[in-house]
Amino acid sequence: MSTPIPVKIVVAGGFAVGKTTFVTSISDIEPLTTEAAMTKVSEEVDHLGDATSKKGTTVAMDFGRVALSPELVLYVFGTPGQDRFHFMWDELVRGAIGAVVLVDTNRLDDCFPAVDYMEHTNVPFIVAINAFDGILRHHPDDVREALDVPHHVPIVVTDARNRAAVRDSMVSLVRHAMTVAATAAVG
Amino acid sequence: MTTSGPARPASAAASPTFRVRPYTLTGGRTRTEVELGLETQIRTTEQGMRRAGMLALELRDIVEICRQPLSVAEVSAHLHVPLQVAKVLVGDLITSGDVASQAVVETQQSGRPDIQLLERVLEGLQSL
Repeated sequence: MSTPIPVKIVVAGGFAVGKTTFVTSISDIEPLTTEAAMTKVSEEVDHLGDATSKKGTTVAMDFGRVALSPELVLYVFGTPGQDRFHFMWDELVRGAIGAVVLVDTNRLDDCFPAVDYMEHTNVPFIVAINAFDGILRHHPDDVREALDVPHHVPIVVTDARNRAAVRDSMVSLVRHAMTVAATAAVG
Repeated sequence: MTTSGPARPASAAASPTFRVRPYTLTGGRTRTEVELGLETQIRTTEQGMRRAGMLALELRDIVEICRQPLSVAEVSAHLHVPLQVAKVLVGDLITSGDVASQAVVETQQSGRPDIQLLERVLEGLQSL
């Protein structure tokens, strides 16, 4: 048996938007958690008077794995929810296929930081509206306008609890990443 | 569901070794010379299997669980150590030849997977 090639997709979005549910739906294994210690710089920013804590702040990331074939394994990482953990995002998106930015239309502005980050760092991303109970409360076009995402960024509807829906949104991301790659190769 | 994941080693998970401060395991080091991504696959070499019994406990745990390839992030999760600690320990094992790593090499200039690899990912997803 040879060692599989690992690929990675990042699931971003606001706090409690359903990222861990999304990971759980597609993963072959119970999602795992890895912790990273905060860097010094972010730690200082984060240190709001808690001088007694010597332990330093850690940030937890949930992730799952999906065997795509015997030679290919996909990891799906959820980003830490709070903005102050953005220091981890650089590592999360390094070498990633791209990101699915999960959106709850009732709390649209929660996903602004994720959209901003992906745009500024040129990470291929799609916006996936998590339609709880299958009810779509806003039209994707309205969401596009509200988020001000470029027309070439796909906006899809998903359900984080549904494996097929989660898979379909990742298919959309991979297709988009292929388009981005083809454009980069030409231009 | 597949059964490709390794059995979680109870010895590693419950090991009292890790009640010590995590960075004690690395001699206080927080960085490794070896470039390791969260998803980089780690696999025990034949040398590592032979030498497992001679290794320090925390290194032995890694050599045991990586008999089937695991990512750096999974090593961190299974051993209950922070990511940076897992990277240092795995980096040491790579340097000593007890494990080998496999990262994506089929990349574009951006460091992201190239179109051929993306096509294989697409096929894999569609077959789920």
